[in-house]
Amino acid sequence: MKMTTFAALLAATTGLAAPAVAQDLHFPMLNYRTGPFAPGGIPFADGYQDYLTLINERDGGIGGLPIRMSECETAYNTERGVECYESIRGDNPLIIQPLSTGITYQLIPRVTADGVPLHTMGYGRTSAMQGETFPWVFNYPANYWDGASVAINYLLSQNGDSLEGKKIVLLYHNSAYGREPIPTLESLAASNGFELVLIPVDSPGQEQSSQWLQIRRERPDYVIMWGWGVMNAVAIQEAANIRFPMDHFIGIWWSGSENDVVPVGAGADGYTALTFHGVGRDYPLYDDIQTYVVDRGLAAGNGDQIGSAVYSRGLYAAMLAVEAARTAQELAGHAQINAAEMRAGMEALSITEERLAELGLPNFSAPFDVSCQNHGGGGAAMMQQWDADTQTWSLITDWIQSDRELIGELATADAAAYATENNITPGCL
Amino acid sequence: MLYREAGDFKTSYASDNQTFPIRFDRYAYWVVMAVAFLVLPMVMNDYWANSIVVPFMIYVIAALGLNILIGYTGLLSLGTAAFMAVGAYATFKLSTAFPAMPIYLVFILSGLVTSAVGVLFGLPSLKIKGFYLAVATLAAQFFLIWLFTRYGWFFNYSSTGQISMPERSMFGVTITGATASSTAVYFTCLIFTVAMAWLARNLTRGQMGRTWMAIRDMDIAAEIIGVNPLIAKLSSFAVSSFFVGVAGALMFGVYLGAVEAGEAFGINKSFLVLFMVIIGGLGSILGSFLGAAFLVVLPVLLKILLVDNLGWPADLARHLEIMIIGALIIIVLIAEPHGMAALWRTIKEKLRLWPFPH
Repeated sequence: MKMTTFAALLAATTGLAAPAVAQDLHFPMLNYRTGPFAPGGIPFADGYQDYLTLINERDGGIGGLPIRMSECETAYNTERGVECYESIRGDNPLIIQPLSTGITYQLIPRVTADGVPLHTMGYGRTSAMQGETFPWVFNYPANYWDGASVAINYLLSQNGDSLEGKKIVLLYHNSAYGREPIPTLESLAASNGFELVLIPVDSPGQEQSSQWLQIRRERPDYVIMWGWGVMNAVAIQEAANIRFPMDHFIGIWWSGSENDVVPVGAGADGYTALTFHGVGRDYPLYDDIQTYVVDRGLAAGNGDQIGSAVYSRGLYAAMLAVEAARTAQELAGHAQINAAEMRAGMEALSITEERLAELGLPNFSAPFDVSCQNHGGGGAAMMQQWDADTQTWSLITDWIQSDRELIGELATADAAAYATENNITPGCL
Repeated sequence: MLYREAGDFKTSYASDNQTFPIRFDRYAYWVVMAVAFLVLPMVMNDYWANSIVVPFMIYVIAALGLNILIGYTGLLSLGTAAFMAVGAYATFKLSTAFPAMPIYLVFILSGLVTSAVGVLFGLPSLKIKGFYLAVATLAAQFFLIWLFTRYGWFFNYSSTGQISMPERSMFGVTITGATASSTAVYFTCLIFTVAMAWLARNLTRGQMGRTWMAIRDMDIAAEIIGVNPLIAKLSSFAVSSFFVGVAGALMFGVYLGAVEAGEAFGINKSFLVLFMVIIGGLGSILGSFLGAAFLVVLPVLLKILLVDNLGWPADLARHLEIMIIGALIIIVLIAEPHGMAALWRTIKEKLRLWPFPH
């Protein structure tokens, strides 16, 4: 019985492997709607899919070619992520966005060998901003080191440009993701004279009492958090329990979603997080999403995430992908682009204020340009603060620029080390 | 009918002692070998090789290792993933420190390093057993992972604590790294799996395996008849860790390529391999293969069936997959508490008598 089922499955899968003849643009989605990181994965996936659906429904695709979406569930697990990548790799994927730093590290050598662009927006390997060493990897518009630098710049502005003698705790997810900002923060601690205390939280982070006991003992002036999934809500709850002043608790953009603060209730009021895009539904684009996607019953998932912080980010990621594809079509002179032409489009991507307004997202993000040398965009971010009464995020600062000089220095050193380890000669493709 | 012993005469001690005493089994073995070495590389596409067959073979090696410890010696271990991590980090350190070293040798040396670490953490087994030993090996799980994420030397001070496998080749064929062909990766795993399974089968049939089983069945009785528990238990830990270490080395070197100790070798992976051994069948080589197939290949096949062929949403399929696998585990264990290998033994008995049931 077993063998026949196996044979049937084998036949069914090989039958499916026939190449698609139809003209379309394949945008694979490596989502995670299950597991401990689903609170972050679901809104992002919904936003990403809804924007692509909108482009198909309203504009008939990009340059007249429809977008074909395929979904693969990774559960934020690297092995599953690799399996997902292997399953779509032969199907002309134009851009891969895994939404996981762990999976990104697995995929960087693979996409480089296969020639598939990888966009890790606001996550992944920071030194991939050095486009000459990482030609196939992009992390515009901002990366973790930008995040660390912006957070410190914000604290500097709050403290009269000096953090001398302050104590700052970094509470981080004990994985490649959470450890990513440490070199930058250590370097900033040395130059600004504050004391940095590193407190790791093991994945998935449901249990943090010992960490918060340590925070109580350390009596830090500020806590910066690099968390994801259930870890965020638990940390904010623990902070509320020990009455830690919420406006002195700053999360990276991945620790700033509704799902993180709503469960804590009134205690989360004043919690501050970074963001590299606008918040809320007050953008003209959302009217189109309502008309073309929601009203037609095409909304992804349950359709209950629209307008949330991470939904906006998924939407932003899709928007940047579509704009890059448009640029690529212009450069290539034809609509049916391949992965290499897509890469060229991403490298020539220019997001201007006018273009954002045209897209129905005025001032949604800081304008930036991508080039062969700089795959990291501009690196600016804003601070958003949670209001527990109105249940909304509001922006409390304008764009804060990161210290790109320092980050460039650190990234060059890291990229050079990677290039030597892997025998890469840096250069533009 | 199928399993006929009539006419299969054993005329020497060697033929009486051979691995597969029944002729049909021997033929089946050679057919499987021929398919694995000659047919599969021809017909398999990259996806099947890289995401189904290669992980399957790596988990088979890990399950073989754990089966030696739990199934043959009766020592419960929850530190499998940590020992796999030792293999992976040893591979990383060896291949970056000695770039010229042949990569197969690196994998074997990584196994030996893991062996040494395994013996160290196996020392408590001389005093404690059962659940108490499980807790002691659980300590190994947490300690080793902590060590690998805490001390920069293990990951060459990379800023994120990730280790990445450099590109290495043997006889001009790239084995590790992203440019390695799926055929090279497949054959590497196949050679190791066949060699390790052969080793495991023969070790467990020989004197060493018999001392392990004596310890498992009753350690006091074993001691009285002259089995040295120190040597038996520690050799079991050493051999088991060697297998697990090689599995970890292959998982990092040829399969994943980049690894982070806490994520790739967490406690969940220890349980996964433990479940493979329990579902496959304790104390059975075939059981390690069946268990790994059940827990590694079946979920992917389910995913292909539900998502790619039936077009169901990926998250629904994932939830269903968890439920189906869970239900199947319960069904298999109710039908045959000694695992799928025991189920196969029963089928074999029936086949030998077939078509006459008595």
